[in-house]
Amino acid sequence: MSLARRVLGLLQGDAQADRVVPKRGHSVRLTLFTSAAMAFLAVFALAMSLAAGRLADRWSEALARSSTIRISAPAAEMEPQTWAVLEVLQQTPGVESARALTDEEQQGLLEPWFGPGLPLEDLPIPRLVEVIETAEGYDGEGLRQRLAAEAPGAVLDDHTRWRRPLVQAAGRLRMLGWISLALIAASTAAMVTLAAQSALAANERVIRVMRLIGARDVYIARAFVRRFTLRAAYGAAAGTVLGMIAIAILPRAQTEGAFLTGLGFAGAEWLWPLILPLLAGLTAFWATRVAAFKRLRRMQ
Amino acid sequence: MTEAAFGRGRAVIELKDAGYGYGGGTLLEEMNLRLTPGSFHFLTGPSGAGKTTLLKLCYADLTPTSGEVTLFDQPSHQMSRDDLAHARQRMGVVHQNCEFLDHLPITENVALPLTVSRRGGPGEDANLADLLGWVGLAGRKNALPPELSGGERQRAALARAVITDPDVILADEPTGNIDWEMSLRLLQLLVELNRMGKTILVATHDLSLIRAAKAQVSARVLRIAKGRLQLAGADL
Repeated sequence: MSLARRVLGLLQGDAQADRVVPKRGHSVRLTLFTSAAMAFLAVFALAMSLAAGRLADRWSEALARSSTIRISAPAAEMEPQTWAVLEVLQQTPGVESARALTDEEQQGLLEPWFGPGLPLEDLPIPRLVEVIETAEGYDGEGLRQRLAAEAPGAVLDDHTRWRRPLVQAAGRLRMLGWISLALIAASTAAMVTLAAQSALAANERVIRVMRLIGARDVYIARAFVRRFTLRAAYGAAAGTVLGMIAIAILPRAQTEGAFLTGLGFAGAEWLWPLILPLLAGLTAFWATRVAAFKRLRRMQ
Repeated sequence: MTEAAFGRGRAVIELKDAGYGYGGGTLLEEMNLRLTPGSFHFLTGPSGAGKTTLLKLCYADLTPTSGEVTLFDQPSHQMSRDDLAHARQRMGVVHQNCEFLDHLPITENVALPLTVSRRGGPGEDANLADLLGWVGLAGRKNALPPELSGGERQRAALARAVITDPDVILADEPTGNIDWEMSLRLLQLLVELNRMGKTILVATHDLSLIRAAKAQVSARVLRIAKGRLQLAGADL
């Protein structure tokens, strides 16, 4: 029987089969609460994973397409060398645009370290030239050689040195998010298995009566499986909604913001958490089914 | 003399040298029994002789420790769990302790075998009401099993055993907790079912019930003594 037919059969249910198992028991509350808690945590893990992915993409893309040329020269040569660098860049294939940072922009970059009102003109600050590449990029080694010839004080920094660890860190953060989701799913499966085993043990007499009147294992198992699947899905739905609300009231994600302010979902990513109740239901379906059949096989 | 000598044709349930023991001891040994379609058997013997154990072997609630039990021509030890479930759907069993699902009203408990075998239909509600009426439980149909007396539980168990129109009915002390009048009514139902071709095996220590039955139907009476099955004598 296909998975789709099983799930469909499960959702349609069997009113009488459902009724053979008493609804009382702590396993009801346990399953609902744990599923809700796990889904709540899963929403955050998912948000972290997606935010880390966005961050990695942004850093990777932004840093990969930009580079900096630092010109260190005596004050008298600074202006000519800057013009020489810009001229070289203008003639370099793969360079989309290039511009020298203004004094105000350089001051802004140094402000976090030196505070406001920095007398830039009194300090031997190198001039920075921002280079934006085309999608094809430029030949870094060729550019370095030409810069050495035309402007000896110019040093090309293509950001490779510090881009790679940043992107790696963001990628690992994204992977940690997915691992967290897998662990949450495994914990949910373990919890549902324990709750199902507890319910099966508590209802051993019911199972015995059912077997003696000719109920097949699949009929008995279905009553437990459906109940735990729906409980897990309902609990997860509640947890997901709460998690999404919690994420929504966090400070808004901004492209240029720091990581923490970017934790959340953007656009269609808000649809991702909606699969959590479905995943919780599927996890509970398999966990209960395995537990039920194992238990029934052990019984005479 | 064993019952094997009396069996003719294909058996619905057959015990071939079946024995059962536990804890190193032997309760039943070399049981040979053929329940042919339409036969009526009583099983008697003193308390603790093994009547209930023999019935449990007949519906495969227990597995023989020696010999073989066949249900509908299939050795029970070779049956899959689904085969066993299907075989039990063809049997109506009245257990001595009359176990029910305590959280369901008696009407749902009685109808449970129909649900399990997916044989419920549009006319089943009327049949169910008739059956409950016949066993005297029409006014108690919404009662929960713990609210019923011992006799009421036994009548409900019989109703549950026959509701699917099974091929064979196995009853373990079905009149143990009911008065003589109700015992005769239950006996009458069993006799009628037997006349309709059902195979009946009743374990009882109530000899007067057996005498009443023998006046109406050709029933064979077996006795368990010292772990073996014997044909009861004319003392009945």
